[in-house]
Amino acid sequence: MMNFLLHNKGTFHHGIHPPEMKDDTKALSIRQFPFPPVLVLPLSQHIGAAAEPVVKEGQSVQRGQLIAKANGYMSVPLHAPVSGKVRKIDYVPTISGKKTMGIYLESFPSSGQEVIEGKCIDLYTSSPSQILAGIQQAGIVGLGGAAFPTHVKLAIPEGKSCKYLIINGVECEPYLTTDHRVMLEQYNDIFMGIRYLIKALDPEKVIIGIEANKEDAYDMLKRKKPLDMEVELALLPVKYPQGAEKMLVTAVTGHEVPSGKLPIEVGAVVINVATTAEIGRLLPHGRGIQERVITITGPGIAKKGNYLITIGTPLRFILEQVGAEGVQEVFMGGPMMGVSVSNLDMPITKGTSGIVAFRQEQTLADRPEFACIRCGACLDACPLSLNPSQLGVLAKNEAYDLMASDHHLMDCFECGSCSYVCPSNIPLVQYFRLAKTIVRKRQTKPTV
Amino acid sequence: MKELTLQIRTSPHLKTTLSTDTIMLHVILSLIPVVIFAVYAFGWSGLTLMVTTTLSCVLTEYILNGKDKGTKALKDWSAVLTGLLLALTLPPGFPLWMAFVGGMVAIALGKFVFGGLGQNLFNPALVGRAMLQAAFPVAITTWTNAMAPDRFSSFIASSLTLPFLEPIKADAISGATPLSAFKFDKITTDVQDLALGFTSGSLGETCAVLIALGGLYLAVRKMLNWRIPVGILGTVAVFTGLLYLIDPSKYPAPLAMLFSGGLMLGAVYMATDMVSSPLSSIGVWIYSFVIGLLVVLIRIWGGLPEGVMYAILFGNALAPVLDKTIPKRIYGMPSVKTKTAKA
Repeated sequence: MMNFLLHNKGTFHHGIHPPEMKDDTKALSIRQFPFPPVLVLPLSQHIGAAAEPVVKEGQSVQRGQLIAKANGYMSVPLHAPVSGKVRKIDYVPTISGKKTMGIYLESFPSSGQEVIEGKCIDLYTSSPSQILAGIQQAGIVGLGGAAFPTHVKLAIPEGKSCKYLIINGVECEPYLTTDHRVMLEQYNDIFMGIRYLIKALDPEKVIIGIEANKEDAYDMLKRKKPLDMEVELALLPVKYPQGAEKMLVTAVTGHEVPSGKLPIEVGAVVINVATTAEIGRLLPHGRGIQERVITITGPGIAKKGNYLITIGTPLRFILEQVGAEGVQEVFMGGPMMGVSVSNLDMPITKGTSGIVAFRQEQTLADRPEFACIRCGACLDACPLSLNPSQLGVLAKNEAYDLMASDHHLMDCFECGSCSYVCPSNIPLVQYFRLAKTIVRKRQTKPTV
Repeated sequence: MKELTLQIRTSPHLKTTLSTDTIMLHVILSLIPVVIFAVYAFGWSGLTLMVTTTLSCVLTEYILNGKDKGTKALKDWSAVLTGLLLALTLPPGFPLWMAFVGGMVAIALGKFVFGGLGQNLFNPALVGRAMLQAAFPVAITTWTNAMAPDRFSSFIASSLTLPFLEPIKADAISGATPLSAFKFDKITTDVQDLALGFTSGSLGETCAVLIALGGLYLAVRKMLNWRIPVGILGTVAVFTGLLYLIDPSKYPAPLAMLFSGGLMLGAVYMATDMVSSPLSSIGVWIYSFVIGLLVVLIRIWGGLPEGVMYAILFGNALAPVLDKTIPKRIYGMPSVKTKTAKA
């Protein structure tokens, strides 16, 4: 009876086909973005404990120098993305809306900006645990958007083993071409990263999953693949949200990740392709992550492109450089799961994969909400086969606990497919996000 | 750079262009050929009947929802659609005051008491018609011939019956529908006449070809679940086909069955009402099969010549049961059994 986990290989069930909108930037090579005069570096750019500053206000730092150290295992350090002077350590605006502690770093305009070399993590002599430690020291987190510390993800729990190492080159979010360009241009780093990951995980199989709208990247990786490396490339049909971990595991292995569990439950570890490239680029030099590739696009942007941007660059500086006349809405990440920006002083962080700007015509203003007409479109969209229609009704009646206990609310990863297809413009994902937060609060703090 | 004023919205920031009001509007637009044909075949009486029920539904919706919510409730076009569909299921010479009452019942009892659009168990237009059938059994089975020569010069006499009076029955009996002609007198009607609508019958049910074309348009635009008409018509065709093979003299031919009465209109426009049909694909197939089966059962062995309305209403009642009982496998869950075992 275990064969229920084995079906539908090649893709996953349901899902949607939003317009891809990638044509504007997919052919544009990665270009270096200028340094801003002042960088804003939140100490918490990842899931877990915030880093602890090891520099003082007024101190000069060199590019690549450690400026905040990891605070425990579930944390990563922060390195100076530019040579400059620590102006102050104070509250900084972040995308969540909360102000958190961070470092304001003034860059030296005339500095040569050489990077400090660290201690090389040698691929051949290092042990798996040394590689994981090296990944933590480099401050690497999931660059696909979640910003989960990569070394934690790579630590296989007791009693489990890694069967599949899956490199995620799906990039299913519309508009974004970050991973696409990384695959086309940074293949050497990707394969070097895979070598490190193989050493750390000892997987039975390595699979790179790429959606069919990036066939050039698939061909490139196929051509450039080192002869001694056993890597399988999977060209997957285009469908959102295939880049979600669970969906990708199902698409390439045919297994379903059990509800409430991590992919390692079915022997899979999924690492984003840009994260992999970062591992391959940083570990041989013992460096920390300082910059990342970001797609800046959308109808509101004059100079669209894929840019290598220093972490901590404020959005205002970025939009000034690329031109953003008449922009009404800016969000970080893709349009399906990205978060609206309320304050242009906030910086891009390690987890920012894209900046998309909409003019008035593209925003979802003037979309009146109608009653649910039970069309069933959301049921056919939900990649987890949940019933968003019913969950929406329950949410309206504030039956949050029932949603969690009987309707699998906590499995929802907020991909937005249901809201996307709903003809009545019911803000389903918004309901679920709220419901999940409330349920989590109730679970940690039992009602008296 | 000039200071930007930014809007804040939660994800997703993209949406399909299909919205509920456009779906309803397209369903109405797809009915235009049927409406034009109805006016062509039955004249001014047909037109006033449609105007009456639509007006009645719109007014009822507006008044019941109150001043503030009324305009908003009308914006989804569903009341207009209900009114139009109700008229299409009534005899062309149906007394207008009765039709007006039917429209009120359709919205008030068919939709509003359940909590408005989306909450209703049954198709509102059919609820209205069922009430009319129960209240005015004679008027609703009084037919007039299509293409009457005086259809654009005078009203069908019964149309203008004064409220609470019995309709005048002078010329009406002449137009027995093809279904009752076969059922009671074993008179068969030419299939071509049935398909093209040169027969008597309800206002909008006669021209099967135009109805099917409207449905095809909606299905292509993904505004209609094609499984429902295919399931219903398929079931009827197969079932009557088998009977016809057994005894062609006793049972009607499958094609005549498909093109006569309210089957086409019901299968394409009534049973497909999203609100009152099941959500899952398996549920939809069962629902369509049951409706198709009931149509044949009532038409051939029941006391009435036509059974589409009751078949669909029964299907509507079945829909929530199907939604509840059909097991649904959720990603990453072993089986649905565990949930019921726990409860």
